[in-house]
Amino acid sequence: MEHILEMKNITKRFPGVVANDAITLGIRKGEIHSLVGENGSGKSTLMSILYGLYHADSGEILFKGKKVEIGDSRAAIDLGLGMVFQHFMLVDTLTVAENVILRAEPARYRFVDYRQAQNTVKKLASDYGLRVDPRARISDISVGQQQRVEILKALYRHAQILILDEPTAVLTPQETEELFQVMRNLKQQGTTIVFITHKIKEVLAISDRVSVLRRGKLMGTRNTAETNHRELAEMVVGREVLLRVEKKPSEPRETVASIAGLTVKDRRGTTMVKDVSLEVRSGEVLGIAGVEGNGQQQLVEAITGLIKPEAGKVMLHGQPIQKLSPMNIKKRGVSYIPEDRHKRGLILDYNVADNLILGLHTQHPFVERYLFRNEKQIDEHARRLVADYDIRPTDIRQIVRTFSGGNQQKVVVAREFSRKPQFLICSQPTRGLDIGAIEFIHQEIIRQRDQGTAVLLVSAELDEILSLSDRIAVMYEGRIVTVLPAAESDERRLGYLMLGGDLHRTEGVEIGTSAE
Amino acid sequence: MWAYITYFVNATVLAAALRMATPLIFTSMGGIFSERSGVINIGLEGMMLTGAFMGMLVTYYSGTPWVGLLGALASGAVMGLIHAVASVRYKVDQVVSGTAINIFAVGFTVFMLRTVFDVAGTSPAVPRIQSITLPLISRIPVVGEIIGNQNPMVYMALALVVLVHVFLFRTVWGLRLRAVGEHPKAADTVGINVFQTRYIAVIASGALAGLGGAYLSIAHLSRFGDGMTAGRGFISLAAMIFGKWTPFGALGASILFGFADAVQMRLQEVGIPRHFVQMGPYILTMIALAGFIGRATPPKAIGKPYEKE
Ligand SMILES: Nc1ncnc2c1ncn2[C@@H]1O[C@H](COP(=O)(O)OP(=O)(O)OP(=O)(O)O)[C@@H](O)[C@H]1O
Ligand SMILES: [Mg+2]
Repeated sequence: MEHILEMKNITKRFPGVVANDAITLGIRKGEIHSLVGENGSGKSTLMSILYGLYHADSGEILFKGKKVEIGDSRAAIDLGLGMVFQHFMLVDTLTVAENVILRAEPARYRFVDYRQAQNTVKKLASDYGLRVDPRARISDISVGQQQRVEILKALYRHAQILILDEPTAVLTPQETEELFQVMRNLKQQGTTIVFITHKIKEVLAISDRVSVLRRGKLMGTRNTAETNHRELAEMVVGREVLLRVEKKPSEPRETVASIAGLTVKDRRGTTMVKDVSLEVRSGEVLGIAGVEGNGQQQLVEAITGLIKPEAGKVMLHGQPIQKLSPMNIKKRGVSYIPEDRHKRGLILDYNVADNLILGLHTQHPFVERYLFRNEKQIDEHARRLVADYDIRPTDIRQIVRTFSGGNQQKVVVAREFSRKPQFLICSQPTRGLDIGAIEFIHQEIIRQRDQGTAVLLVSAELDEILSLSDRIAVMYEGRIVTVLPAAESDERRLGYLMLGGDLHRTEGVEIGTSAE
Repeated sequence: MWAYITYFVNATVLAAALRMATPLIFTSMGGIFSERSGVINIGLEGMMLTGAFMGMLVTYYSGTPWVGLLGALASGAVMGLIHAVASVRYKVDQVVSGTAINIFAVGFTVFMLRTVFDVAGTSPAVPRIQSITLPLISRIPVVGEIIGNQNPMVYMALALVVLVHVFLFRTVWGLRLRAVGEHPKAADTVGINVFQTRYIAVIASGALAGLGGAYLSIAHLSRFGDGMTAGRGFISLAAMIFGKWTPFGALGASILFGFADAVQMRLQEVGIPRHFVQMGPYILTMIALAGFIGRATPPKAIGKPYEKE
């Protein structure tokens, strides 16, 4: 079959790593081609080379059989490439329409024709089923919508080849399903799609072929119809993967954290958490299931002290902490893995060692003589965690910005887990992580639990909630609808409750599919 | 009470306020160009001072202040270019580069004044751009008294505000410029040349600051004096911030600061010391930055050199 795009022997080195190692990969016209691989295996790098953002050290790119030089993004766009980046490339302060038309503006005598821009974007949006308001400001719309804007940007530029770098990492299951529908539409109209993901379920559901990268090398390409979950998982990680978490039944002990009547407003003044009461005990995992945006984020931010609640109490070992600063709350043994690692979890321009002591940086043993950094301790700490948590690359002086998304997440996880917390709050802890890393983090969460930590787990992934939690609280429109023992929950039932269904009517009711 | 108010606020004072605001308007428009593209321009003061000097010098030799104005524009642009080369190309810290320009400009103008005219302090008098009277408008009561009889550069400044507004918010270039200042990488990924955009913006910034300076030496007065900008570059920066990086906001702030300048004599008469009034712009700016008057959010990428790869 005809290749629309071929990469031949592409090699790209960064200081200390070979991000792409002689990769030869062909993309067929009109296919959906998945690209999977561990964190840091070089997927984003390879795609950035195609898009002209990075330049390969060696190797060549053929477009429709002819050799091309892609010197910058402009050249890539001219060839018909469109890319949706792992971390979106949108200008927050501009509107949807402005972002879409940027540098390809409809204009009369260099004056932007905003009316035409809006109409074009509106038409494009409705043609492809990408619902979004052209006049809305990017900072005001959800990530799901932002992603649609990114896709619109590519379509507006008549992309024949669309590269999607981990588009589903930030989407809810419903949004993922909608995205797949859009991808199918595009495919029908002849667009070629390269789709990067860590979720093998998605690979199997949507793609024609799949290629696997590992440590910068191409491990192979398969027809999706001729492979299966297990084979792909093994190709990605290089060993057999436990597809489920092994754990003993929990032995919950005393209550560590209790939340009573908590009401929280977000920054715009909308009440997002309404009169929530919960208890988390030592040695158990309490999962919070819910469609994103139902108050989980505000609940967690109120517990960790990032926002002050309107009413209610948060108690740690019987002591109220809701008035304390985030720093003091941390000091009392609360660890927190935030959902947005860039905004809350890391300082991107600090190196790994410094990121690994954030929040502990004023404490023993990282400070000596009250004022000075104890470099030896800081380095030792960093080296230990880099090894324990398999953070790659292993250079503790490298700044975190240059790390792959998954490895950035590992830095946060390593720091928070290593503090031996009494109360551990994990918000989307495995977002953007590869299956090997997910397996590892899941095991770590269970290990924390077995050591007596009280764990609060917030996740949009039902699989994750179901496999880790001992009890599951369902959150809907700011309220805890119900708390169920994990043994009594399944995906269907939770899915129904998450969408506002009535607990007492779940039996025997056919539920509208949410997860698939 | 009314008499008390009209003592400070009357057509004469407002006309003076507009005159005092004019250099601030030019320079703050320059500031908007640079900062909207993501480059802090603390060197406005120095660019203004250079413009004031070169405006005078070119007028001296050409005998025509309008040619002098072109000289000011060009010299400001050159200063802008220096700032751009340092901070965009060589990624020198933008504040450091701007400060260097300020220090350089002081030395340069003092030195040149000595070398060319063999005087210290003040240049010889040169012809200046004369005020004009607008035919009909000047006969409208009050309004006519305020804007009817002003220097052409005052009218140019007001027209400039409209032009900059249209440029920023209506044209293709303005859209791209704003994108570069907010999220250069996003601009890059759609094929906008970030470096080129910033170069042009910073050069334009210097050119406008040069005009702002020239107003002082060849329109308001007719000679150059050492350090004659006296902090107006910084006040323009403050006006830009107080105006939330928008042309009309900066215009309003410039007029407010110009007004403070104009009433300062009268305030002194009622016992408020001059230095107190001079603190006004800075205090207002800090209040604006602290978020008391809506939010003054700078362009997001400001101060950060763009790194490709
Ligand atoms: N700008 C850069 N400077 C230095 N190293 C880099 C840079 N960009 C990427 N790397 C390194 O190259 C390797 C590949 O990174 P890449 O982002 O391509 O991984 P990925 O497969 O997309 O991972 P993830 O699934 O976590 O997004 C990593 O080791 C990363 O640290
Ligand atoms: Mg990636």
